Amino acid sequence: MNPAVRSLLSAVAAMGVGLAVLALGLTLSGYDAIAALSAMGAGAFGSPDAILSAVLPRAIPLILIGLGIGLAFRGGALNIGAEGQFYAGAIAATWVGLLVGGWTSGLGATWARLVTVPMVLLAAVIAGMLWAAVPVILKLRFGVLEVISTLLLNFVGEALVSWMVQGPLQESKHIYPQSDLLPVAARLPQLPGTRLHLGLALALLLAVTLWAFGRWTLAGFALRATGANPVAAAVVGHINTRRVFGLALLGSGALAGLAGGAEVSGTTFALFQNLSPGYGFTGIAVALLAQLNPLATIGTGLLFAALEAGASGMQRDAGVPAIAVYVVEATIIIVVIVAEARRRRVALRAAGGEV
Amino acid sequence: MNESLLTAFLTAAVRVATPLLLAALGETVSERGGVINLGIEGAMLAGALGAALGATAGGPWAGVLAAIAGGLLVSAAFAAIAIGADADQIITGTAMTLASIGLTGAIYRSAYGTAGVGLSLPTLPVVVVPGLSDIPVVGPAFFQQSALTYIAYLLVPVLWWSLFRTRFGLTLRASGESAEHARAAGVRVTRVRVIGVLIGGALAGLAGASLVLAQVGTFAEKMTAGRGFIAIAIVVLGSWHPGRVFGAALFFGAAMALQFLLQSFLLGVPYQVFLLLPYLLTLLVLAGVVGQVRAPAGLGKG
Repeated sequence: MNPAVRSLLSAVAAMGVGLAVLALGLTLSGYDAIAALSAMGAGAFGSPDAILSAVLPRAIPLILIGLGIGLAFRGGALNIGAEGQFYAGAIAATWVGLLVGGWTSGLGATWARLVTVPMVLLAAVIAGMLWAAVPVILKLRFGVLEVISTLLLNFVGEALVSWMVQGPLQESKHIYPQSDLLPVAARLPQLPGTRLHLGLALALLLAVTLWAFGRWTLAGFALRATGANPVAAAVVGHINTRRVFGLALLGSGALAGLAGGAEVSGTTFALFQNLSPGYGFTGIAVALLAQLNPLATIGTGLLFAALEAGASGMQRDAGVPAIAVYVVEATIIIVVIVAEARRRRVALRAAGGEV
Repeated sequence: MNESLLTAFLTAAVRVATPLLLAALGETVSERGGVINLGIEGAMLAGALGAALGATAGGPWAGVLAAIAGGLLVSAAFAAIAIGADADQIITGTAMTLASIGLTGAIYRSAYGTAGVGLSLPTLPVVVVPGLSDIPVVGPAFFQQSALTYIAYLLVPVLWWSLFRTRFGLTLRASGESAEHARAAGVRVTRVRVIGVLIGGALAGLAGASLVLAQVGTFAEKMTAGRGFIAIAIVVLGSWHPGRVFGAALFFGAAMALQFLLQSFLLGVPYQVFLLLPYLLTLLVLAGVVGQVRAPAGLGKG
């Protein structure tokens, strides 16, 4: 079977298992599973508005973070800290947006936006990269596992947002725990009448770029070789695997930071606590289900966005807490990695190795 | 600083350290067998919900038992996937934590309704140890705690002895150093590792119980807030030895309790600074110690 078709089929199968587990769990805890799932379907695909204003805007951070996690995992860096990197990007974007938006207001609407938005997004990228630089240094210089350091930095990021919105970046009246709204010049343009913003085009462009990079460049080959077998890559391929590890994790942080910046600049227009409903963790499921392939990440990002938009519909119309959707995500992750472990064993056995 | 303030600070430090200590001791056992379980964050959360449900139904001790059951359930699922099916341990652990967040959230709302706010649970009483609690300053801090804290103290020598002086401990450590060599020597590696992970899960559940029944007195979604992950850092800091893990857990309890103390002194400093202090300290300390300690050689490998 064609590998692309096979990975698509296994993704659909994993999704099916995930939804079946959700239905079972809901039935066991006394909910009406049929009503819940149909509310979920309606929440995701019930109307053009659901697709344009609920699903697609959510897909933007998920695709960006999923691309980043795919990049990190392929480079052998287990980045569990996209949530923190997302928040770092969101804080930087808010700060730069409020600051620069004020300076550029004299330029006229179009020019102000052309100058401000790129600066906002660039700030987010840099912040996410700096946030990821900490675990890179901790790992390469001190040997601290990036799994632990990226995880812990998530909590630092959350606490930092909480401080910002009650301190330096709090709105001018000092009543609510959120920032002022970004000026129009700092906002990504939206499709009129919807919440869909230009970040989607950016995410798609980056997905194609990363795919081409992985397929046709030497650096992309070094990345894949390092992730597949770091020892062989270093010994046989003379690849500097520490460098690949560091760059992959930095790139991953940059993409998660960009996701945070695009969320503030395109969707919420303000910083507040719990800005991310767990995008950093969902991003892991997005990347794994796509088997770390950038093009497939577009599809899985859309799939999970539909799932989460559907979950909100489920909470609204069937009274099932949206948080239950985490069970579906966890099931999908598990189906994918168990299948991968099985493939690895089969391949090993075929190669005559000890199992 | 006067004496009673110091005692109050230390008492808070020990109370906050108890769930960290319980979870870290459990993870020590698991990691000595070569299995790193990021799912103990989820096991602790399941333990916390179990404690709430059990305590509502049959008082605090029923809560403790239900908490252990909750932790065991999550770690059994982890063991089936990461050891049974040989899937990546880090990602399986992350998935177990995600699943626990979803399940506990859904069960909590179906059990206590969407309101659920202000849920007040029967808690474990403070047990005063006669004699020891009369020691000045530290006596009341260490010996006027709930029974779960004393269980945690007892577990330190018990686990040290089990790990380093029993046959089970030897086979567990052998499996953690090299599964291949242990297997060649006739050790049933899979079985030993599963037992290690289950002990870890039971203790993570107990940690959830101490959080709910001896510290907070209520349940909230995602209430463990990364304590399971901090416990994993504590294991590294304690170089996989129960005694040193005890010291490391107290250190973090103190770092977390510091916010109560400093907030009354440093009025101008925003409280979030104290919230992120324990996490930053963890990173700093890890950077300092990792070079000096040695992890089980087979940690994280199938």
